[in-house]
Amino acid sequence: MHCVMNPESQKEFMIRMFNVGKRYPGKVALEDICLDVRAGEFIFITGPSGAGKSTLLKVLYMAETITQGQILIDGMNLARVSRSRLPFLRRRFGMVFQDFRLIPSRTVYDNVALVLEVAGEKPAQIRKKVMQTLKVCGMVDKANAFPPTLSGGEQQRVAVARAVVGEPSVILADEPTGSLDAAAAQKVMDLLTFYHGRGATILMVSHNLDFPDFHVRARNIALNQGRLVSTATIL
Amino acid sequence: MIPFLRNALVNIRANRFMNGVTIITIALSILMIALFALFFQNAGQMIQDRSLGGRAVVYLAHEFDPSGLPALKTAISALGQVEEMTFISRDDALENLKAEMAGQTAFLESLAENPLPHVLDVRMAFQGDLQALAGLAEKITALDGVDQVEYGQGWLGQFLKMFQLFKFTGYVMCSLFVIMALFFTANTVRLTFYARRTEVEIMRLVGATDTFITRPFYGAGLLQGILGGLLGLGILGAVYLSIVPNITSRLALSGLVEIHFLHWSVIVGLVVGSTFLGWFGTYLSLRQVLK
Repeated sequence: MHCVMNPESQKEFMIRMFNVGKRYPGKVALEDICLDVRAGEFIFITGPSGAGKSTLLKVLYMAETITQGQILIDGMNLARVSRSRLPFLRRRFGMVFQDFRLIPSRTVYDNVALVLEVAGEKPAQIRKKVMQTLKVCGMVDKANAFPPTLSGGEQQRVAVARAVVGEPSVILADEPTGSLDAAAAQKVMDLLTFYHGRGATILMVSHNLDFPDFHVRARNIALNQGRLVSTATIL
Repeated sequence: MIPFLRNALVNIRANRFMNGVTIITIALSILMIALFALFFQNAGQMIQDRSLGGRAVVYLAHEFDPSGLPALKTAISALGQVEEMTFISRDDALENLKAEMAGQTAFLESLAENPLPHVLDVRMAFQGDLQALAGLAEKITALDGVDQVEYGQGWLGQFLKMFQLFKFTGYVMCSLFVIMALFFTANTVRLTFYARRTEVEIMRLVGATDTFITRPFYGAGLLQGILGGLLGLGILGAVYLSIVPNITSRLALSGLVEIHFLHWSVIVGLVVGSTFLGWFGTYLSLRQVLK
């Protein structure tokens, strides 16, 4: 089966996936995924364990390579991204993970600053942007703390700060609230909503959509056994 | 530059023991190389100072007529590599012998004829190359009017053979130590890299290039190289200062043999070499782990 091409202009879409498949030996992780994501959209990716939600994000930031189909990110075909160009592709994304993935031996400030150091920004600019972002995320007073000394909710807010400090056009969040209590999860959702309001396209993997104070028009993509089974607009 | 050094130090601190072992290994290899360099520098100087292997005595045939001397000198000069020639007639040679033997010359008076030959004292333009010297001696011997050429074939050959043996031993041992230092450097980098694997993965996720990721490892490698080099030279310097004055005074060698410390250019070369060693070990290791 082939994807039905959306007739709108290519420029409208931040992400386009055509018949995307990912197979591991003896296992199908993704099959025939067709998906168009407009710039500025908020997408939830839901489904049971093993549905292929995380794999879908991984193929976008090329932690995994697809075995079938094509993916376009902002018009760029991922099949043509060489290993040496991969870091530059990843700088377009901000990434948040369920297990935070912060560097424990670096302070909160250094963890967030890493994104800008990698991009070669000047120290003065780095300081300004990092402090601004930590302020928005409510972590400025913990700038010199080390991640292991923070609560889960705080660590995830640092992870969000790291994801947004480089002002990426797309934020990929893999179950960012999965290991948090309701209050901490709400704070993280508030932050993602805030940056979505500033124009970021967000793809968020989640087990459920139980966010009582979430009032953003979003789309829910449901996966099951590697296949896209339904698409629904929320709100 | 400061973040570069800071990150390099973070890398070294992350694995202090292995980094310490690497620095000591580099220091030992530099010490070994420096030790041999010290020996060759001083032995070479000794050879040069005493013109060892740079002089030959040409004994002329008994029937040689001194009127043929200019032609012989021209023929020897034409062979090249001759710096100076001094002719000693058989009469002068006998007078010299008498002077050297002082009061024990009575038997010389009884000689009916002067048994000594005319001699040409030839100084070569090179030292220490026994093969070149032997070749030149052979050519001189073949000339008309020449009986034989003496250039210390026996003892000089032994001395230069020993020198060559030392040189060979030096090369082998230095190579072994360099390989060992490379192995330790590469292994330390590999272990540090694996210890920081999570950090490296996170860096990759946020868009770090290989250059950005490997920079601190190269920094640590360069620091290890510099510190190892300075440590090795420092040990040699300390040993030199504490032992050499004692040896020369005890053996009453002062004035006869002067042992100098390494020339500054050799010191700089060794520090640059040890720095390269640290860098190259890091390069070899990272090339593998980044594959």
